Amino acid sequence: MLSPTLPVEENKASTPGPRDDIIVFKDVALAFEDNQVLNGISFRLHRGETKAIFGVAGTGKSTILKLVLGLIKPDAGEIYVLGQNVTEMSEQALFDLRRKIGMVFQESALFDSLTVRENVAFRLMEEGGISEQEIEQRVRESLRFVELEHTVDMFPAELSGGMRRRVAIARAIITQPEVLLYDSPTGGLDPVTSTTIVELIVKQRDVYKTSSLLVTHRLQDAFTMATSYFDRGTNKMRPLPPESRAQVPITFLILRDGKIIFDGNVRELKRTTDAYIKEYIS
Amino acid sequence: MASGDLLEGVELISPAEWAKGKVKSAQDYFLLCVQAVANLFRRPFYMGDTMQQADLIGFGSLPIVLAACFFTGAALALNSATTLSRFGAQTVIGQLVSIGIIRELGPVLAGLVVAGRNASGMASEIGSMIVTEQIDAMRALGTDPMKKLVTPRVISTIVMLFFLTILGDFLGLIGGSLVASGLLGLDSREYWSNAWQTLVFSDVFMGLAKPVVFGFIVATIGCYYGLSTKGGTQGVGRSTTEAVVASMILIIAVDVVVTRFLMVLLPS
Repeated sequence: MLSPTLPVEENKASTPGPRDDIIVFKDVALAFEDNQVLNGISFRLHRGETKAIFGVAGTGKSTILKLVLGLIKPDAGEIYVLGQNVTEMSEQALFDLRRKIGMVFQESALFDSLTVRENVAFRLMEEGGISEQEIEQRVRESLRFVELEHTVDMFPAELSGGMRRRVAIARAIITQPEVLLYDSPTGGLDPVTSTTIVELIVKQRDVYKTSSLLVTHRLQDAFTMATSYFDRGTNKMRPLPPESRAQVPITFLILRDGKIIFDGNVRELKRTTDAYIKEYIS
Repeated sequence: MASGDLLEGVELISPAEWAKGKVKSAQDYFLLCVQAVANLFRRPFYMGDTMQQADLIGFGSLPIVLAACFFTGAALALNSATTLSRFGAQTVIGQLVSIGIIRELGPVLAGLVVAGRNASGMASEIGSMIVTEQIDAMRALGTDPMKKLVTPRVISTIVMLFFLTILGDFLGLIGGSLVASGLLGLDSREYWSNAWQTLVFSDVFMGLAKPVVFGFIVATIGCYYGLSTKGGTQGVGRSTTEAVVASMILIIAVDVVVTRFLMVLLPS
């Protein structure tokens, strides 16, 4: 049997050059009053790579995503996103940069007074200059991607938790952003719905090669992503044979007490001798 | 019960910290006001959102503003009649009601009604969006919440309060007229003639300038407290209450300042 053709083979995450850095954190520190949340955080996200961020509650995982978007500013350090230093940018300049980034919030953060159509189309309508016909077409494409085309006229309150997350993914990908940020996309969902969400993230990674930061508590989700690929023929996520898994552009970043204690791929993670990490992944 | 138990869970802050917090709030509110005004001249203009808010604020508040002004005009006529009858001057009720309603009571009543109804609505709506991360989502999607949420509310509140005040003034005069002719037996034409002829430019100007100021206060205070919401649903409730209290107090206090300022600027 032939190994499946990996869309991820084209990825160059293993040997990145300077231009391949989508996100760069340099000695970033942030405190909320007396609570030092991040303390000297440095890492890079390469083009096409997915980086899964782990850590116990309150270690600043979601804060990292908000820092990437410039929603909050660090106390120290520098953050580069798509080559721009977000720590020095004005709010107005950040709005332009944010249009190139998709974000899936922890609780979906859909606009509850707007329909699914209006939520997904929000960014296109704000950009202006796009015909209603094109907006409708792109909204339906996005919703088809998450298999929720039938919900187009519904309100967020009428959807289940899993459906809301999928609509949030549709909203984030409608403009095909260069980088996607997922904040606990499977948090609070049942295992079956979680797998659906993971499948969508893998689909986005393998079909569109989008770089992404994924904050999650669920290690099994990240391992599923590290050992699977999206089969366009069957439109399903499939497990990869062990010999092909090294090609999957996914890395792991573990936070503890505001510091990074691990940043590497799945093989390095399995070989770690750190007692805390061993306990964490066991 | 020991005094320690009474204070359990109560967070005590120093007067200096309290003062710093208040100065910071005043500074944030001032910045919001500046941005709201500056955004009037910056693209994009959210006409759809502005019209939607105008409908919500204007037509939604119309019955209660009209009712408040109508009954206040009637009560003013009744109360003045008691005093004026002692001097045999009941015929000037029209003048008194007209000046009282148009210069003072119409704008203040309409402002207070809209503050009670809409400052709370704005604070709770925007506050709910804050606690459910919808505002962060809006910023993440590249949209400025100040332009999308605050500026349309400021424009629509100012415009609608202006017209609500005009209608309220008219209903107040009608209320006074019904009392004057129905209960006090005065000639209706004389009432309206007095009410009309007593008005000078400064009265009308004062009556129309105040709702513009009050509308700005209601919208900016409502949005400010909404955007400052912290602490989940309890925080939304707190913001809502604070927005109503602050906007009502500010309207009454600013009314004195505006009245004095316009009296100096436009002496009768």
